[in-house]
Amino acid sequence: MASIQRLVLDVLKPHQPNTLEFARAIAVLGEDYRVDIRVIEVDEQTETLVVMIEGGSLDFERIKDVISENGASLHSIDEVSVVGK
Amino acid sequence: MVLKQIKTLLEISHSKEIMRRYFVVNGFDGALTMLGLIMGFYISDRVELTVVITSCLAVALALGMSGVSSAYISEAAERRRSLAQLEKAMASSLNESRHAQATTWIPWLVALVNGIAPLLISLIIIIPLWLVRSSMVLAFDPLPAAMAVALVIIFLLGIFLGRVGGTFWLWSGLQSLTVALVTVGLIYLIG
Repeated sequence: MASIQRLVLDVLKPHQPNTLEFARAIAVLGEDYRVDIRVIEVDEQTETLVVMIEGGSLDFERIKDVISENGASLHSIDEVSVVGK
Repeated sequence: MVLKQIKTLLEISHSKEIMRRYFVVNGFDGALTMLGLIMGFYISDRVELTVVITSCLAVALALGMSGVSSAYISEAAERRRSLAQLEKAMASSLNESRHAQATTWIPWLVALVNGIAPLLISLIIIIPLWLVRSSMVLAFDPLPAAMAVALVIIFLLGIFLGRVGGTFWLWSGLQSLTVALVTVGLIYLIG
């Protein structure tokens, strides 16, 4: 089965939770998850982020759930790295 | 787990400060109302202690109910408005998010704090009245003792506000105490 090892996501989120808490919320999904976030744009109520997630086997569905639980929305999947096993 | 969720909702909705403010404002309200009421009884001659306690309890309950209902109505409306604005900015529904959970639960939490603060403080203030009614002997008359408790609580609330605002604690405590003493003085004048 193919496993996702890297994702680059375009995400729009409210100011709260802040970027650090948002990154933590995703990172705790897996022991080897590494999350890097770059803030692209800050508006009055929202901010646009590029979220880079790396790990041995990323659970995309859970990542999507955490994104929406935190009030954010996934705009696009900009990059992926998938390894077939 | 529940506490962690509450903490998250408080952070998302920036409600810690609001709750603290409500606690102090309505707590102050409760203490000052009780002080005024007891002072009113003190300057009126021959009021039975049972009547004083019943009246104080009734006022404490009314303050509590008023605190819960008024805070819930206003907070719920404010939260719904904020969520609608955020949804507009996000151009998507936030129904499944913590923001929606905060919109549902935070008004209840804030309302509870707003109601409990004056109720609890009022109950503490009338402890000397209860003690005397339970045949305990106090060094002072029950009404002045209850007023002294009210003044101490008002002073402590002032200190708390001073610490929050980063001002000198004694100064803010004395400011609150001055308001209470002026109130007592005015009631004495009309009595």
